[in-house]
Amino acid sequence: MRRILVIALALALLAAACGGDDSSELVDAAAACEVGEVDGDLDLYNWSEYIEPELITAFEAEYGVAVNESFYDSNEAMLPQIESGGNDYDLVVPSDYTVTIMSEEGLIIALNKDAIPNLSNLDPAFTGLPYDENDEYSVPYQWGTSGIGYSYEVVPEDWEVSWEIIFDPDFAPDVSGSISLLNDPRETLGIALKYLGYSVNTTDQGELDEAVELILSVKDRIKLFDSDQFEDLLVSGETTVSHGWSGDFFAAFDEASTDDYDAYEDFGYGIPKEGAVAWVDTMAIPITADAPCTAHTFINFILDAENGAALTNFNFYASPNAASEPFVDPEILEDETIYPPDDVFERLEFLADTGDFETNYSDALNEVKS
Amino acid sequence: MTARQSTTLTRRLDRFLTGHAWLVYLFFYLPILVLIVFSFNESRFFTWEALSLRWYRQMFANDNLMAALWVSLQVATISTIVSTVLGTAAALALERYKRWLGKRTFDALLYLPVIIPDVTMAAMLLVFFTSLGQQLSITTIVLSHIAFNISFVSIVVRARLANLDPSLEEAAADLYAGRWQAFRKVTLPLIMPGVLGGALLALTLSLDDVVITQFVKGPDTLPTFVFGLIKRGVTPEINAVSTLMLTASVVLVLSSLALQRKK
Amino acid sequence: MTAKADGPVTAELEARAEKAESRRGLFLALPSYIYLLFLFALPLVIIGVYSFASRSRTGMPKLEAWNLDSITKLFTDDLVRSIFARSLIVAVLTTTFCLLVGYPFAYYIATRSEKMRNLLLVFVMIPFWTNFLVRTYAWRVLLGEDGLITELGRFLNLWDSMLFTLPAVYIGLIYGFLPFMVLPLYAAIERLDWSLIEAARDLYASGWEAFRKVTLPLTKQGIIAGSILVFIPSLGAYVTPDILGGAKTTLIGNYVVNQFLTARNWPLGSSVSMAIMVVMLIATIWYFRSGAKTL
Repeated sequence: MRRILVIALALALLAAACGGDDSSELVDAAAACEVGEVDGDLDLYNWSEYIEPELITAFEAEYGVAVNESFYDSNEAMLPQIESGGNDYDLVVPSDYTVTIMSEEGLIIALNKDAIPNLSNLDPAFTGLPYDENDEYSVPYQWGTSGIGYSYEVVPEDWEVSWEIIFDPDFAPDVSGSISLLNDPRETLGIALKYLGYSVNTTDQGELDEAVELILSVKDRIKLFDSDQFEDLLVSGETTVSHGWSGDFFAAFDEASTDDYDAYEDFGYGIPKEGAVAWVDTMAIPITADAPCTAHTFINFILDAENGAALTNFNFYASPNAASEPFVDPEILEDETIYPPDDVFERLEFLADTGDFETNYSDALNEVKS
Repeated sequence: MTARQSTTLTRRLDRFLTGHAWLVYLFFYLPILVLIVFSFNESRFFTWEALSLRWYRQMFANDNLMAALWVSLQVATISTIVSTVLGTAAALALERYKRWLGKRTFDALLYLPVIIPDVTMAAMLLVFFTSLGQQLSITTIVLSHIAFNISFVSIVVRARLANLDPSLEEAAADLYAGRWQAFRKVTLPLIMPGVLGGALLALTLSLDDVVITQFVKGPDTLPTFVFGLIKRGVTPEINAVSTLMLTASVVLVLSSLALQRKK
Repeated sequence: MTAKADGPVTAELEARAEKAESRRGLFLALPSYIYLLFLFALPLVIIGVYSFASRSRTGMPKLEAWNLDSITKLFTDDLVRSIFARSLIVAVLTTTFCLLVGYPFAYYIATRSEKMRNLLLVFVMIPFWTNFLVRTYAWRVLLGEDGLITELGRFLNLWDSMLFTLPAVYIGLIYGFLPFMVLPLYAAIERLDWSLIEAARDLYASGWEAFRKVTLPLTKQGIIAGSILVFIPSLGAYVTPDILGGAKTTLIGNYVVNQFLTARNWPLGSSVSMAIMVVMLIATIWYFRSGAKTL
């Protein structure tokens, strides 16, 4: 038995030693890609139900390659899959802070911008963002905010949306016990930090502790923590105030509406005046890619004005693609909570990787939940 | 009523047991009824709107979902068969053979997959496969499912073997020429409820597993696909799939029972 | 042959028989032995090594800067300890409930006619061939504001909506793990020697006494197997507390998943998993030992 242990240990150490792909060949291959060139089928690793299926069919028809889709449900689940290298995904869709991690850890390659002429369609507000300052590694795919979805019944008319509805027990006491918050360390503590006037990317333990205290002080007002079905719970009346992602709320409002019922008359979504978290999902080429040119062509395809609009019309998140706006459903385009005006946009903050402080956020949420 | 029951159970006790059993079955089937009913609901939400086959149409049109269903069925079938054979053999070795090389280590090793949390097993299998350079695929899912199912099968079979009277098997060994025949004619029928119970458990665990599959999957199985969908809040299609799978399994089981009765 | 020569020959025969016996035992176990060594023991060692590694930004630990941080945190951190204690209580209560509900139920099935038994058993398993997540979400509907169970409670004036409370978590856990209790119990009860029970009923004054002194000890194996099969997933549960309990209390399973899927702290996740495994090992060994003494 002891011998087996020794062998196992040796194997484990060996495995660690031979990790890490050599990506320079891939970068060279990518640099040589022409516009519209394809060099094999596309293995797309994406969030589930995040792309209009007709776009896939259209891409396959136009370029004569197959698109194989695989799905993940969190950045953290995707990261080790790419790092371990046991697959050949050509394109991934990491969120903002994940892009930083992936580029710094050498998990995604620098893009060949010459092969993506449609980059010019991008809204300048979505270039040079802090997670990828030189736009070297990623191209924005969709973006959105996490704010408050609520029932009009429980708030005063002309209410200026604010986190006070969660944290101020004197404001709208009726909502006590019917509030849902996201179940995510960064997002959930983020709103408390915002309400207190701090940055959502703070690495100050004192500020984080204050945020924990704040949530604990109103814990009996909170019905549940949920990141998956918060929008359905709001529409079905289980909750009246819900912290969650914009697109999910709108999809639910839309779905709940029928010929003789308009859910938009009963429910609203707003970005609180204190500010909120915003996120961008991006397209990037992982080092596991074996068809880098097809991946570039696909990025360019998504950046097409009409295709970008098709995405937004499908999942109700805003497009960073300025040229797509004429093709976006006017109801979506005119909605200030999906396409917020500049002054609101300025109050938004993107999540950044806080390094080892991430574990403090995780513990803080567990403290809230004990 | 069978003879043995009427002599061992009093009427009152039997009435209590029957009532209790009905309540437990109700408990088991209430959520199932909910999802069957709502699979025919026009609305995406759990509020009744109108009768509709919308979700069934969408389900058949969803290629990803159908692919996931197919992967799940393959994985469950293969892993159940392999782990039932291996697990039963392991149970026999432990219960029927007193001393052999490495028995105690094996005994402990066999219990470990049962007492380890899913997520640990998931993480370690992922690390293992990737360090071998094994691409994550349907094979890695099957291998992982067998790894946890062997133990579950052997526990159930062992519970059955433990109190079986070994003299029966010894008599059989004298009666029949070969060990294999003695096994097939006497031991196997005796432990069959345990083996079937183990196989059912393995099948269930395989069709149900999310955590481990999530880590070692190449293609999606139905549970991991559902997991992804739930994250996006699209559920009624899943109700439709579940209803169909349920119908299929009921039909399958009832017809096999009917066939047995004919024999 | 004389009587004198008989002794050593028998001994030799016996020794040979024992050897053959030993070979057969190993032969039967060998496939699963090898399988588990490679697909379980080896990966387990690897994760053990990870407990001493340091966190990286991507999740997969850096195999350098070896340290004891993740191990010491288990013993010194109040948060981890309180989460552990809470989870143990939940697991013990769930197992107890399952045993109380499952025993009479398994007894009922085992005492039907053979045809009925198979049918009844299959009907236990059928609901569990639909996915766990889907079933758990169905409970949300039943326990929610306008749910059937809630309406019933209001009608009886006994309870209101239980969704996102602790009772809902217990309902979900019992629902999910009851078959793990019923199957081994059924296997044990079904093979009871009924003439013994009959004799016991003649011997003892009450049916309860006969049950306690004869039936219960004879089905001990099933009770142990069932309890272990329920206790373990209850201790590791994390989906049910989230979906039905509203994620308001962190259990140890949630904590492990958090380490892997949000904090990206695999070393801590590994060490907590190892700790859970040790607890389960102790519980299993203790259960076997005490079971052997008292039952």
